[in-house]
Parts: sequence; C-alpha cells; structure tokens
Amino acid sequence: MSVLLKLNNIETFIGQYHILQGVSLEVKKGEVTVLLGRNGAGKTTTLRTIMALNPASKGSVVFRDQEIQNLPTYTIAQRGIGYVPEDQGIFAGLTVEENMKVAMQKDNEETHKRLDYILNLFPDLKKFWKKPGGLLSGGQKQMLSIARAYVNENELLLIDEPSKGLAPIVVEKVMESILQMKEQTTIVLVEQNFMMASTIGDCFYIIDDGRTVSNGTMKQLKEDEEMKRKYLGIA
Amino acid sequence: MKSMKWIVNNRLNTIYILIAAFLILLPFVYESRNMLILLTQIFVFAILAMSYDLLLGFTGIVSFGHAMFFGIGAYSIGIFMKRFEPTMLHFIYAVGATILITAIVSFIVGLLTLRLKSHFYAMLTMALAGLFLVLAEKWRTLTFGNDGFTFRVPEVFIDRTNFYLICLAAMIATFMILKRFTNSPLGRVLQAIRENEQRTESLGYQVLHYKIAASVVSGVLAGIAGIFYAMSLRYVNTSVFAMDITLDALLMTIIGGVGTLVGAIIGAGLIEFAHDGLTELAKEHWIFERWIIFFGIIYILVVIFFPLGIVGTLKNFTWRRKKQHPVKKKENLAG
Repeated sequence: MSVLLKLNNIETFIGQYHILQGVSLEVKKGEVTVLLGRNGAGKTTTLRTIMALNPASKGSVVFRDQEIQNLPTYTIAQRGIGYVPEDQGIFAGLTVEENMKVAMQKDNEETHKRLDYILNLFPDLKKFWKKPGGLLSGGQKQMLSIARAYVNENELLLIDEPSKGLAPIVVEKVMESILQMKEQTTIVLVEQNFMMASTIGDCFYIIDDGRTVSNGTMKQLKEDEEMKRKYLGIA
Repeated sequence: MKSMKWIVNNRLNTIYILIAAFLILLPFVYESRNMLILLTQIFVFAILAMSYDLLLGFTGIVSFGHAMFFGIGAYSIGIFMKRFEPTMLHFIYAVGATILITAIVSFIVGLLTLRLKSHFYAMLTMALAGLFLVLAEKWRTLTFGNDGFTFRVPEVFIDRTNFYLICLAAMIATFMILKRFTNSPLGRVLQAIRENEQRTESLGYQVLHYKIAASVVSGVLAGIAGIFYAMSLRYVNTSVFAMDITLDALLMTIIGGVGTLVGAIIGAGLIEFAHDGLTELAKEHWIFERWIIFFGIIYILVVIFFPLGIVGTLKNFTWRRKKQHPVKKKENLAG
C-alpha cells in the first residue's frame, strides 16, 4: 500500500512552548491511522501542523510525494486534505445549508452526489437544513463538521476527537459514519476513546511528550497490555 | 402571478416595498422642507452605515477611519463641481474619481493590514483618516482649508424633492446590492470569516482576498455616501474626515443590529431623528443645549436593553416565540 502522508521528525512551537519535539509517522492510502496518547501529548498539534495552522519549525510534511510544510493552510486544503477540528469549528451564525455550501470547494455533479450521500448518512442535517449551526446539539455539530470535510473529494481526512463530549449513542452513530467513510478515503484519527479507536483504526501511533514513541497495527496494540497501561492508562 | 405569490409569501419583502412606496409618495403628500432634508440625511447616512455593516457585521472587521472614504467622496464632488462646470458629465467624473480613489486606498489599507489581526486595520484606517484630514486642512489652494467651500450642483439635483428621491433610490439600490452580495457565495465566505477565520482558511479559502474585497466594496460605498452628503449641503469642509462620522456609522450599525443591513438603515434613522429632536429641544429649555449628554444616555440605554441591536433583538424575540409555540410544518429539505 502506498504512503499518502509522511511526517519526518516534525518540531512545532506554539509561542514559546516546544510542543512537538520529533513526530514521525506514515499514513498509508486507504487506511485509518489513529493517533493515541495522553492529554497534552501533542496529537491535536500534529494535525494542526499538517494543516499549517501551527507551522512546523523543523522537519517535513510530505503529502502525495510533495513537501507541504511551507504552504499556507488554504493551499493544503485545496490539495485534498480535509480537517475536522476538535472544537468542530461550526459557523454558528450560518445555517446548516450555508455551512455545507461554504465547505463545497466545487459545485459539480460529484460534489452534489457526495452531499446526497452525506445527508443520507446524517439525516439530522437534512432535518435542520435551514437552522443556524449554533442551534444544533453537540452530536449534530460533530456530524456537520465531519460532513463539511467529507463533501469535497479529499484524499485525506484529519479528524480530531470526534467522540469528545458526546453521549454514547451519538458516539456510536459517529463511529458508524466514519466506518462508512473509511471505504472511500484515508483517515488520520485522533481519539481518546480506545473502544472507538480500536474498532475503526487499522494502525496506530502513540505520541508522548511531543514525540512518536510507538507504532504498529491496531491488532498488536489490542494485545499489548503493557503498552496500553503505560501510554494510554488502560488497565 | 408568480411575482404576486412571491410578495404574498414573503411578508418581510412586502413590508420593505410598502415602506419604500410610502417614502416615495411622502414628499408629494406632506410638504415640509425640514422633514425632506432630514430624511435625505438619513438616506445618506444609511448608505454609510450599511457600508460599515458590511465590514463589521458581515466580515468582523472594525474600522476607526471609515470617515476617510466618506470624506474622499465629499471632496471629490466638491472639487469637481467647484473647479469645473456643475454638469452631469462632471458629476459622473466625480463619481468615477471617488470609486477609483476609495478602491485604491481601501485595497492598499486592506493589503497592508488585513493579514494581521483586526485591530491593525482599525488603527491604520484611523491614522489615514487623520492624514487625509491634515491634507484637507493644509492643501488650501484645492480645499480652502478648515473653512471649506460651497459649490453648485447639476440642475437635476437642485430641486429638493428630486434630490430626496435620488438619495432614496441610492439607498434602496445600496440595500439591494448588499443584500445580493451578502447572500452570494462570496458573502457566505465573508460571514464564515467573521465566525472563524482559521476554520475558513482550512476549508481552502484565501481569507485575505475575501477581506480585501469586503474592504474595497465598503470603502467605495462610503465614498458614494460622501458624495451625496456634500451635495445635500452644497458645501464641504474638513469635518467630513472627522472621527464623529466614523463613530456615527459605528453607532448606527450597533444600535440597528450588526450583520442585518436593515438595522443600519433603522440605526441611521434613529440617530438622525434623535440628533434633530434633541437639538430642537434646546429652544425649549437650556438643559437641552447639552444635548450630547442626552445622546450619550440614549446610546447607553439602547446598548443595555438591545445588546443585539434593534433588529437583532427582534429576530431573537421572534425565534424564541417560535420555539415556545412551534408551528408544525413540512421542512424544506435538501437533496
């Protein structure tokens, strides 16, 4: 399987704080790569560094065999990386329809097909189509956020903690939708919910103190009780 | 038939059309020169306030020097009318010069500051407005300094009723253009930028270009408001560059309701009426000579009781009522 995204020894500062101190990872096409680690380990910063929202000060980010770490965020998005941030990033004053239309980079048949597909996947968005995004529940906002990233033909989706703060039944729904998307796109998922991560993920990277400390297949991690206890606090 | 159905179905548009019709007929049924002048001022300031609303309400950019564009428009028409014959041709030249100068200035200001945080735009526009004020004071051969100068206007603008109707048409046209602009894909991106700039960029939009576009459209419209303002007085002096003009535009937008356009028109109406009413009251009692204090009190009360502005508060109220008494109807679904 070919490598779609590669991070080589990335270092990132936020203000004076040295957050990423050497993150290296490879994302293979068609797989779901899960970033795991404790709170504050640097998982979200890794995704933000890929999007150049927190630009890397050292190292390289290679997407489809081209270095992208010096490109502005909008170019990276145009090249085919969709980002679903931790805080969902909904435009609260815009309706669900407007949120989706802003996200649609092209207005062609393929995008409309994808829109139909995503609205069938998340019928709640259809139901609240004309309502402001700010009036949606936490779960619906999460669905809208994922839908916005998925509506374009992105080759790679970066999804940051989609289960955060959601009721178990909503988490299940979100998980189901990501499993369906997995069939059509490559995903990098940051997730604290190990059950969800292990169900969706094909392979994993553990980030600790801003460094990648371990990686392998999800099957290997499930069987490695010592690693789960040490880095994820799962007994 | 289809258009009638549209009017019936769209209550808000019907109200707008009725108000516009009332304002068109007003000078023919109610002859008051003072009222005509006051309403003309309101239309002119409504254009200015709507241009400010495009920046503040729709894009989230604060400007402290919006008067600069207003002043450029006022001086352009004044200089053209003073230096050349007051003909329609020279009026068109003045409009062209205003559009050109305001577009260039707002483009440069936007390019220099809008990639940074919003307050840099606010500070640079304030500094440039100050610069234009000094320029107007010192370049006496062209501007006659602080004293300003009077000028004649083309024949079509001399009649007060004609001028009233032209200003009304300009305000309605500005409203419709901005409504269309803000509902267009570009307008939606501007609103997305207002909500979350970083998120908009990560959807693939080069935010700076959109912000500059908003800055240019807003600057040009403020310049056009300045043209009509100077023509209504047939006089221009350096006060058109003063901070008061920007503050008025800001308050009109805030009091009416930011990001609504119609709120800017209502705000302009309220402030101009309050300004006129309080000045008139000074004849009744000496305490009203300090009308600016009462003006301040009115501002404070409005901001306390209508934090979302008048239109914003009304929208909120309507929404809450709908939530309390939901009307079951078939949703207009996508797909």
